[in-house]
Amino acid sequence: MKKIEWQILSIRFIKKITLILLIVIGAFSCKNEANYSEIAMSTKDMAKIPDKIDFTFHVKPIISDRCFKCHGPDKNAIEGDFSMVTPEDAYKLLGKEKDHYAIVPGNVEKSELVNRIFSTDANVVMPPPESNLDLTNYEKEILKKWIEQGAEYKTHWAFTPPQKQAIPDNNENWGNNEIDAFILKKIKENNLSPSATAPKEKLIRRVTFDLTGLPPSPSDIDDFLADTSENAYEKVIDKLLDSQDYAENMASEWMDIARYADTHGYQDDFERIMWPWRDWVIHAFNKNMPYDKFVTDQLAGDLLPNASLEQILATGFNRNHKITYEGGVIPEEYRVEYVEDRTQTFGTAFLGLTLECARCHDHKYDPISQEEHFSFYSFFNNIDEQGLVPGGRNTIPKPFINITEKEKEDVLSFVQLQKSSRKNLPVMVMQEMEKPRQTYVLDRGAYDQPTTEVFPNTPTAILAFPEAYPKNRLGLAKWLFNPDNPLTARVAVNRFWQRMFGTGLVASSFDFGNQGALPTHPELLDFLAIKLRDEGWDTKKILKYIALSATYQQQTIITKEALEKDPTNKLLARAPRIRLSAEMIRDQALAISGLLNKEIGGPSVKPYQPEGLWKETTGGGGGSTASYIPSEGKDLYRKSLYTFWKRTVPPPSMMTFDASSRDLCSVIRQETNTPLQALVLLNDPQLVEASRVLASNAMISSGDVTNQIKSIFKSATSRLPDAEELEALNGYYSNMLSKIKNEEVNAADYLSIGATKLDKTMAVEDLAALALTAHTILNLDETITKG
Amino acid sequence: MSEKKILEESSLILNRRSFLGKSALGVGGAALASVMGCNLFDTSENGVLSPANNLSGAKGILNGLHHPAKIKRVIYLFQSGGPSQLELFDYKPLLNVRRGEELPESIRNGQRLTGMTSGQASFPLVGSQFDFKRYGKNGTWISDLLPYTSKIVDDICIIKSMYTEAINHDPAVTFFQTGSQQPGRPSIGSWLSYGIGSENDNLPAFTVLLSRGTGRPQGQPLYTRLWGNGFLHSLHQGVQFRAAKDPVLYLNDPKGTTKDTKRAMLDQLAALNDKHYQEFGDPEIQSRIAQYEMAYRMQTSVPNVMNIDDEPDYIYKMYGTDAKIPGTYAANCLLARKLAEKDVRFIQLYHMGWDQHADLPNALSKQAKDVDQASAALVADLKQRGLLEDTLIVWGGEFGRTNYSQGPLTADTYGRDHHPRSFSMWMAGGGIKPGIVHGETDDFGYNIVRDPVHVHDFQATMLHLLGIDHKKLTYKYQGRRFRLTDVEGHIIKNILA
Repeated sequence: MKKIEWQILSIRFIKKITLILLIVIGAFSCKNEANYSEIAMSTKDMAKIPDKIDFTFHVKPIISDRCFKCHGPDKNAIEGDFSMVTPEDAYKLLGKEKDHYAIVPGNVEKSELVNRIFSTDANVVMPPPESNLDLTNYEKEILKKWIEQGAEYKTHWAFTPPQKQAIPDNNENWGNNEIDAFILKKIKENNLSPSATAPKEKLIRRVTFDLTGLPPSPSDIDDFLADTSENAYEKVIDKLLDSQDYAENMASEWMDIARYADTHGYQDDFERIMWPWRDWVIHAFNKNMPYDKFVTDQLAGDLLPNASLEQILATGFNRNHKITYEGGVIPEEYRVEYVEDRTQTFGTAFLGLTLECARCHDHKYDPISQEEHFSFYSFFNNIDEQGLVPGGRNTIPKPFINITEKEKEDVLSFVQLQKSSRKNLPVMVMQEMEKPRQTYVLDRGAYDQPTTEVFPNTPTAILAFPEAYPKNRLGLAKWLFNPDNPLTARVAVNRFWQRMFGTGLVASSFDFGNQGALPTHPELLDFLAIKLRDEGWDTKKILKYIALSATYQQQTIITKEALEKDPTNKLLARAPRIRLSAEMIRDQALAISGLLNKEIGGPSVKPYQPEGLWKETTGGGGGSTASYIPSEGKDLYRKSLYTFWKRTVPPPSMMTFDASSRDLCSVIRQETNTPLQALVLLNDPQLVEASRVLASNAMISSGDVTNQIKSIFKSATSRLPDAEELEALNGYYSNMLSKIKNEEVNAADYLSIGATKLDKTMAVEDLAALALTAHTILNLDETITKG
Repeated sequence: MSEKKILEESSLILNRRSFLGKSALGVGGAALASVMGCNLFDTSENGVLSPANNLSGAKGILNGLHHPAKIKRVIYLFQSGGPSQLELFDYKPLLNVRRGEELPESIRNGQRLTGMTSGQASFPLVGSQFDFKRYGKNGTWISDLLPYTSKIVDDICIIKSMYTEAINHDPAVTFFQTGSQQPGRPSIGSWLSYGIGSENDNLPAFTVLLSRGTGRPQGQPLYTRLWGNGFLHSLHQGVQFRAAKDPVLYLNDPKGTTKDTKRAMLDQLAALNDKHYQEFGDPEIQSRIAQYEMAYRMQTSVPNVMNIDDEPDYIYKMYGTDAKIPGTYAANCLLARKLAEKDVRFIQLYHMGWDQHADLPNALSKQAKDVDQASAALVADLKQRGLLEDTLIVWGGEFGRTNYSQGPLTADTYGRDHHPRSFSMWMAGGGIKPGIVHGETDDFGYNIVRDPVHVHDFQATMLHLLGIDHKKLTYKYQGRRFRLTDVEGHIIKNILA
């Protein structure tokens, strides 16, 4: 690797040596295909057994992953009467004769576990061969040394409340706030140094994308470059947080978490009307609703005293799951699925726990029994809903509220009703039945196998449900925001961190349990969690605080040393280089070309999509989702947040760039790099049209080709091209121009792509050559990267 | 540089790489992947590759195969909607004898019914309106609706004892394709792309072809998640090959431009991206350059493989005249052969319209006619090219149909509801015993009496033929190791050659 790492790779002059390089390039395209359970550790230390074994960091990940399946929290799956969950269980006498121990703290010889894991006898060795699990030598040595050192247990880190943390001493002349002290400490421990601050152009690009989902405009960049005041950067952040774009960008992420879609999801996948709920989410972010209220309203707005219609609308969150209209289904089977979906979403989004894993049996890894699973489930089981909706595609499943002009005038001013052709919007919400539905443990999770009755409750291993709380969703929300809840604030702040750094301090933002990743900076995570909680769950404030850190503002350059010592950038000795999301890629093209229609809210719209895509898979159900009829006029150019989401055939260009399918709650997206992405960027009419309009605007502002290219390049990358780049692009422009003049390129055809009218005042040849140049610039890796 | 030359050169360079860029790692690649922090492999907590996951030059995630493979690729002819086994493969004369009589409770035995017939007051038995005759060395009963299939009976293995738990389309199709009734898991083709990668550098490992049946043109819909990657890397998603202007989405150059313009653009992009790489050192930039080259090659390779103009007349005679009409089942079967010739790993066809709740005799005749000739031709065609030895062809739907009539039974028509408890499918090709019938149902064609085969058994067997132990091809997601066969699945040993 060292030898070839800095080789120049030019596709035109590939030599044999790069064969090797190209073969391995495949390996680079796999960000986020992660087995997240790793520990921050430099590669040097990999093979070295630590002097002091730590249960949380060294032992637990091994025993959870390789042993808990048969010796873990699922009491019905315990083999050999041996459980490793608690020290009491792990140290106890075993066997019919009660004659041996698996673990004797401090005594390796008497510990049968050590004997078993090192055994070469297939009948004796643990894990057994048929489990398809095995231990590496490193892992065996860790377990042995752990026992040797006393086999000490610790409670799972995420199940004890965050602790106030001392701020590490920072004697270096680096850092802006406490974040940097925590980060710097780890960087120095690993003999690395933080990176320099990113150039201002990169910084404003990064923070503008992170906070608003859009690139900075050229004038934003110029203003920032010209502003030499000490708080110039802070002023930029404040302005961004104050914008409508911020609210829409935050809402965009929330759509994944809330599995928002414009259709019901199964089978014929008919249209539903949930966009007024989406308008509420934007509204909530816009007024910077505190996170605790934001979540409480969504979970249980209907149960609040004197609940407003706005609070009831917020509970649509719980109804964004898929709903079937398939004629033959057994309704109860599907109703159970809906309740399960609400439960799973609650677990993933707010607790960072895989509650769904305890549906069919006790959780294999975390202290959640099947009974506790259904106790959670029972909170969500009390609405008067139907598994199968009678009445066909135009029936909205109950319970729902109707939003008309009256409701809009009274309370819901933010619902963009006037954009809809309907006068009455039925929106699904939560409405508790007077008498709660009886809830039972379902054997193997099956709808028709009820066993023991259960009642609303929460696992004591996380936090016992206080007696004083109502045993309903409102009580559950209170429990979630109880100061002793160990998970809520950590999970929330971890996700804020993830949106700013691409990866959370806990990489598995969906799983804080035993199988999840360990925090790379546990003290920082606790510090931030407490800060978020104690300062009023203020979303804008915490995002600003993160953005102001020196850690966030570093440049992205990857040095050879850093790449070797910290390939995955867990230490954050550099800023991560992050590809734009599916939404950002399209929205950027629209924004810089001036095509973007910045209207807010209202019914979802249908931008360009390859013809026939819905039609070729549709059944006989008919309705508005049978075939795709693109929007017209300026509705073609709304932000991607407003793109109509048909769950069974989601927008293909967005899926290609790793959008979530919205089938289930999703708190993190993959970041892939594929040939299909290249095809979208090269051939999607939206990109071609944006290139043309971008070129056309550049020609209006300047008659000089070099200036035109400069301005396009700056719009796309937030910086001016250097001399070499400019020369290359000028050459490319001339090359294209001669191809156009030779009629190798049909300029009129190329320029006719897209619904925007062609500006006929300019020379077709020049416009086409510049449009092709702009199209190339829009395809640069830098253009689809944050900064 | 001429286009041809570039293609030659780049395919030379990339010929050990898989189509979608992530596999084909040699040992050096494995080491590098860990250096690069790409967790392609199930690493231990410390990034040390566990012995079971050490790569030995295999493509895909697997450390070589678990056992020698019998086949290299699969063509799955999915008959969506639930074809009636009683009119096609499972001959039950008793149902004709007892036509109109009530389904005995002892036979139904508590089977849950769909919402479409559970309210029916009467469940009148009905036999096939079409005759069956015996074909092949073993005298296998085949319906008159399948005159071409009857001729290849000695090449195929008919399983009459398939069963599933799902009773409705969406969960049942999802179950067959992903091993779970609820959406969210990877499809079979994605598992294969992830597990064993691609054998072709210029085409996706997993391709999908759709066609619509004439028996019920407005039948049940399909969903792109059926060929989705679930929680696997999106590199493994199925790529739909369409009979449309763009055979693969976004494949065609913008109008007015040419390959030559595209080449110039890619060269310019590569040069600028490379310059950026020199400055920032992010390997993702290099990967991006390579993916653009792959996209460029696809722009040639896909239209080439989709072009069936050069096929000789005798081929069209085999597959039927429909094969000349893009987007038909017959045309898709012909394309499937071409994709198989190019070593595409998993070729998934869907033919819609097999959901005969009513008007069954009329609609089913049309459906059968849609697929009979071309399915048989595909088997024969692969055989004559020597490709059947290492290809598996599967023909079947998501469930069967009831032995009683849905809705009124009249002198000339009837319908059938979904039946999960027994149905038929066939397999042919490498590793499969040809010319046999596996499993048996009772005289009512309702319950299985011998050798039941569950959906997970079928999936386990398919993986087995590919050299994969279905219990060992796993992906750890949200703390759990998932596999195609969930926690079940037994290999159907008796059908293995």
